[in-house]
Amino acid sequence: MGIIVCIKPVPDPKYWNRLRFDANTNTLVREGIPSIINPLDKNALEEALRLRERLGSEVIVLSLAPHDAIPVLKEALAMGADRAVLVSDKTFAGSDTLATSYLLSAAIKRVGAYEIILCGDQTSDSGTAQVSAQIAEFLDIPNLMHVSAIELKDGVQCRVKAHIEHGYMLVEIRPPMVLSVTNQLNEPRYTTLMNILDAEQKSIEVWSSKDMDLAEPWVGLAGSPTQMGDFVVPTKKRKAEMLQGTPEQQAAALTDRLHRLGFY
Amino acid sequence: MAGVVESKIWIVVEHREGRPVDVSLELMGKAIDLVKQIGWKVAAVLIGNGLDTLSTQVLSYGVHEVLIADEPMLVNYCNQAHAKILENAVKKFQPEAVLMGATALGTDLAARLAARLRVGLSAHCIDLELTEKGDLLGIIPWLGGNYLCRITCPHTRPQMATVIPGVFGMPKTSGIQGRTIPLEACIEQKDFTYQILEIKRIKGPKSDLEKAEVVVAGGWGIGGEDGWSMVENLADLVNGAVGATRPAVDESWAKEHQMIGTSGITVRPKLYIGIALSGHPHHLVGVKEPELTVGINIDPNAPIFENCDIGLVGDYREILQAMIKSIQAQYRGKNK
Repeated sequence: MGIIVCIKPVPDPKYWNRLRFDANTNTLVREGIPSIINPLDKNALEEALRLRERLGSEVIVLSLAPHDAIPVLKEALAMGADRAVLVSDKTFAGSDTLATSYLLSAAIKRVGAYEIILCGDQTSDSGTAQVSAQIAEFLDIPNLMHVSAIELKDGVQCRVKAHIEHGYMLVEIRPPMVLSVTNQLNEPRYTTLMNILDAEQKSIEVWSSKDMDLAEPWVGLAGSPTQMGDFVVPTKKRKAEMLQGTPEQQAAALTDRLHRLGFY
Repeated sequence: MAGVVESKIWIVVEHREGRPVDVSLELMGKAIDLVKQIGWKVAAVLIGNGLDTLSTQVLSYGVHEVLIADEPMLVNYCNQAHAKILENAVKKFQPEAVLMGATALGTDLAARLAARLRVGLSAHCIDLELTEKGDLLGIIPWLGGNYLCRITCPHTRPQMATVIPGVFGMPKTSGIQGRTIPLEACIEQKDFTYQILEIKRIKGPKSDLEKAEVVVAGGWGIGGEDGWSMVENLADLVNGAVGATRPAVDESWAKEHQMIGTSGITVRPKLYIGIALSGHPHHLVGVKEPELTVGINIDPNAPIFENCDIGLVGDYREILQAMIKSIQAQYRGKNK
């Protein structure tokens, strides 16, 4: 029984102020900005590692990304994943959510003996939060989103807590299945130096378009039904009055104003 | 007899406890507005069991048609069963656009349906536009910048989009002019690939945050749990609720339900104070027309200062500490 965790490298939020948008190419310039594992994907991986302890299954991390995602996959190996697969090919560039989901589902089919596929509920960058549901659709297996608890009944039946607005659902679901998880699920482990050294022994498999059964042109920019149109700068609606002085003076001016306006 | 569906835009209505969720109604209002200039009609799609009251209610919002799949098996919800019904209906009647609320279930169902139909889906839109040619443009806030992006699906039909709750106002009810059209349910027990045992409500229909007159929100710049408790402290003192940006939730300083913006909730406070957050549209789209917006950030070039009424530049710790002190002093003054 295999547990597959889909992980996505995202720009480190520490450097978000350095992200630039290139209006000529309609793309986001991420150059020089380090990537980290999308935070919720760590919760997914943590859960996979815990499930492994119970089930004795193999944990495979899977990422669709350019080659510079290798360090992120190494980190996943250091956390304890058994195998890492990078799905990477020039022809995959520009894949939208649907194409991405299709490619990941093709890679998952190649992995073969999967039972549980875990994803972060959404990504901290441009996330559409749709990939998990679409992978499930392409694999024709059930899925749940916003999962904050997974209870394995007997290895066959699972009881899952899935959040919806103002509450949650308790759901019975059977593997093979795709679950996308929230950060309420668990506390991801830290990696130790030993783990990092261990991870150096593990290799990362890189799969290109030739390694997967991609029957139709559903990948890359050409295979992506959604297109980024023009960008608009939102109209500036408010003209800020900047308070002057030391932090204390600014704070005093503000509390004074709020008090006079009757906010407290 | 199933009639011919005339509507080109379909709103898939999410309902809970026999009532449509607000965003479904908001979408109907918006869609009816959008189609005026090109003469299309709008339909609501209802899937479930025992939907008579609900369909009358939905019709009262002025939709041209209500498409109904009403069948005992559908007393239970399952995304795969719903996606199958929608897929069949879409293939049969070929609408130009299918819209859903970007709710927990809507996001999931829309994604599955789009993959089933292999069509494009603009996710978590904050606005919709419709061209004269019938192209639907979904407006989304774009990562890490002060940009909004128009997403189009030029080559696939139907065009799909999910829209975050609260961005369009609630429409008014009008006289009922529309009609109902039954949809083939075409499902079997095996399409229910999971079973919902229980649905628990953990909060009222609206959380305190959504109703709060004062919202104090923190972002990634808060930097840790200590800092976060200062945010909570300040919120307490001004009788406010605490909101958060996604990075703050990712860091686990704040809870998921406190997240304001694209993938979170929409708040409508009188006073909004944004602390150590950049003020990107992802977050600010969820803050609807506050009377007063205050921004506190160490970076004088932070986008928040282009979207607030009062700006404070400096280390938020020092500013908050001073604010907390001075508010406490004001309270003491009052009590004397």
